[in-house]
Amino acid sequence: MKKNSFWSSLYIAVIILALYLPIMVVVVLSFNGNTGRTAAMNFTGFSFYWYKGLFDPISGFGTQMLTSLEVAFWSVMISACLGTLGAVGMLRQKMRKAASERAVMKMTGIGEQLAMLPIMIPELILGIALMALFSLLKLPFGKMTLIFAHITFCTPYILITVKSRLSTLEPTLQEAARDLGASPAKAFATVTLPLAAPAILSGSLLAFAMSMDDFVISFFVNGAQTTTLPLKVYSSVKVGVTPQVNALCTVMLGAAFLVVAVGQLISALAEKRRADTTKKVQA
Amino acid sequence: MKTDGSAGGRTYLAALPMSLWAFLFVGISLLYVIGLSLLSRGEGFGAQLPVTLDNYMRLGDRLYLRSLWLSLRLAATTALMSLLFGYPLAYFISRARPRARTWLMILLIAPFWTNALIRIYGWKILFYANGPINSVLRSLGLIEKPLKLLYTDFSVLVGMVYAMFPFFVLPVYSSLERMDWTMAEASRDLGATPLKTFFTITVPMTLPGIMAGLVLTFIPSIGLFFISDLLGGANTMLWGNLVQNELLKSHDMPFAATLSVVLLALTGVIILLYKRVGGKADDIVF
Repeated sequence: MKKNSFWSSLYIAVIILALYLPIMVVVVLSFNGNTGRTAAMNFTGFSFYWYKGLFDPISGFGTQMLTSLEVAFWSVMISACLGTLGAVGMLRQKMRKAASERAVMKMTGIGEQLAMLPIMIPELILGIALMALFSLLKLPFGKMTLIFAHITFCTPYILITVKSRLSTLEPTLQEAARDLGASPAKAFATVTLPLAAPAILSGSLLAFAMSMDDFVISFFVNGAQTTTLPLKVYSSVKVGVTPQVNALCTVMLGAAFLVVAVGQLISALAEKRRADTTKKVQA
Repeated sequence: MKTDGSAGGRTYLAALPMSLWAFLFVGISLLYVIGLSLLSRGEGFGAQLPVTLDNYMRLGDRLYLRSLWLSLRLAATTALMSLLFGYPLAYFISRARPRARTWLMILLIAPFWTNALIRIYGWKILFYANGPINSVLRSLGLIEKPLKLLYTDFSVLVGMVYAMFPFFVLPVYSSLERMDWTMAEASRDLGATPLKTFFTITVPMTLPGIMAGLVLTFIPSIGLFFISDLLGGANTMLWGNLVQNELLKSHDMPFAATLSVVLLALTGVIILLYKRVGGKADDIVF
C-alpha cells in the first residue's frame, strides 16, 4: 500500500482539526476564570467557577439531568425488549405455514419496515406526527410522551444491531437445543439470548446515547414542566452565549465519550471471547 | 421433528409487540398527519372538518415558495460541500496504512458521539464578533474591524456541512475500502495519468457510496431547523423553521401538518430517485 504524501496528510490533519475546533472551544471556555460579561469568549485564567453552579437547585441543571436520565432509562429498557424480540421474530423460517400464519408474518414484515422509518425520515416529521397523535389521544405532554417518542426512535437501533448479530449465529445451535428437548422458550432463553447479549448491550448503549442526545423530537413532545438536558441547552444557547452552558456541555461531552468507550470495550471483549471459543472448538 | 432452523415454529410471533408499536406510533401517526393536512384549523391546537385542500392552496404563496427554494438550495449546497471536502478525506484515509486508517476513522466519528447542539454552539462562540476567529485574524493584522460571521448564510452553511459531514464520508469510505484497487493499477500500467485513472476508475467504482452520501446529507438538511435557528438569526426562514413557527407561534396544526407532508413527499421522491438510479436502501440507513 502506498504511503500518504505530505499534502494528503496535511489535508487530513486540517479537516480533523476543524472537526474538533468547536468542541475544544466549549471545553476550554468552561474552565474560564473570567467571570465577567465576556466570560463566554475571552479566556483569562483557569478555574472551576462555572462548574460550581451546575447543581444549584435554582439556576443549576440537576432536574433536567434527572429527567433526561429517567426518560433514557425507560426508553432503552422498553425498546431493548421490543427490538430484541423483533429481531428474533424476523429470523427467516423455512417451514411451510398456514394461511393465517402467513398473514401475521406479512403484517410483522410491514411492522418491521415501519419500525425502521424513524431513522430514515427527517426527525422533524416524526416529532410532529407524534405530537399530533399524542394530542389526538389526549395524552398529557410530559415524561410519558417523551418516553413513548424515544422508544419509537430507539427501537430501530436495537433491531439493527441484534438482527445483524443473530444472522451470524449458527441455526444448528438452536436446533440442537430443540432436539435435546428444550421448549422454544427455553431454547431462546438458554441459547439465543446469551449469544445475542453483547449485541443487545451495544445496541442499548447506542440507543441510550441517542435518547440522551435527542433534541428535535423531544422539542415537539415535551411538556411545559418536563425539560430534558438538550432542550435546556437549546433554550440557553438560543438567547446568547452563557458561560455556565459551557460547563454543562463539557460534562455532557465527557459522559458521551464515556458511554461510547464502554460500548466499544464491551464489543471488543465479546469479539475476543468469541475468537477464543472458536480457537478452543477448533483445537 | 418439527424444527425449521430457528428456535421454534412460532417465533415470528415475537415480532408482534414491535410491529404493533410501529403501526401505532409510526404508521398511524404519519397517516394522521396526512389526514390533518386536509382539515382546517380548529380551536387551540385542534383541527376541524370539512375536508379541504385549502392548506395546499396556501403553499402557492410567495413566502412558502421562497422558503422551499432556500431550503432545497441550502440542502443541495450542503450535500455538494460535503462531497467537495469529504471525498478527498475519505480517499486519503483509505490510502493510509491499515492501523492509521482505524485511528483516523475513530477520530472522524468521535465528535459526532456528542450532542449536535453543543457542537453548533461551539461554532456560535467561534463566529462571534469578538470571538476566537475574529481575535486571531485581528492579532495577525489581517483585518481591522471584526468580520460579521455569525447570523449569515455562511455561518449556517458551515454549521450544516459540519453536522452532515460524517454521513457523507462514511458511505464513501466504505465503498473505497471495498474497491478493487488492482483496476486502478491496471489503468496506470496502461499509461493513464493519475488524474485520468481517478476520474475513469475510482470515481465510477465508488459512485454507489457517493450517491448514498449525497442522499444521507441532503434529506436531513431539508428539515433541520435548529442550525439556522442558532447560527442564522431571525431572517433565515427555512422549511423546518416554518413548520416550527406554524406549530408553536401560530398554533396552526393542520397547516404545520401540510408543511410536514411536503417534507415527507420530498423525502419519498428523493429515495425513489435514488433507488431508480440503482441505489440500495440498506446503504441509506443511518
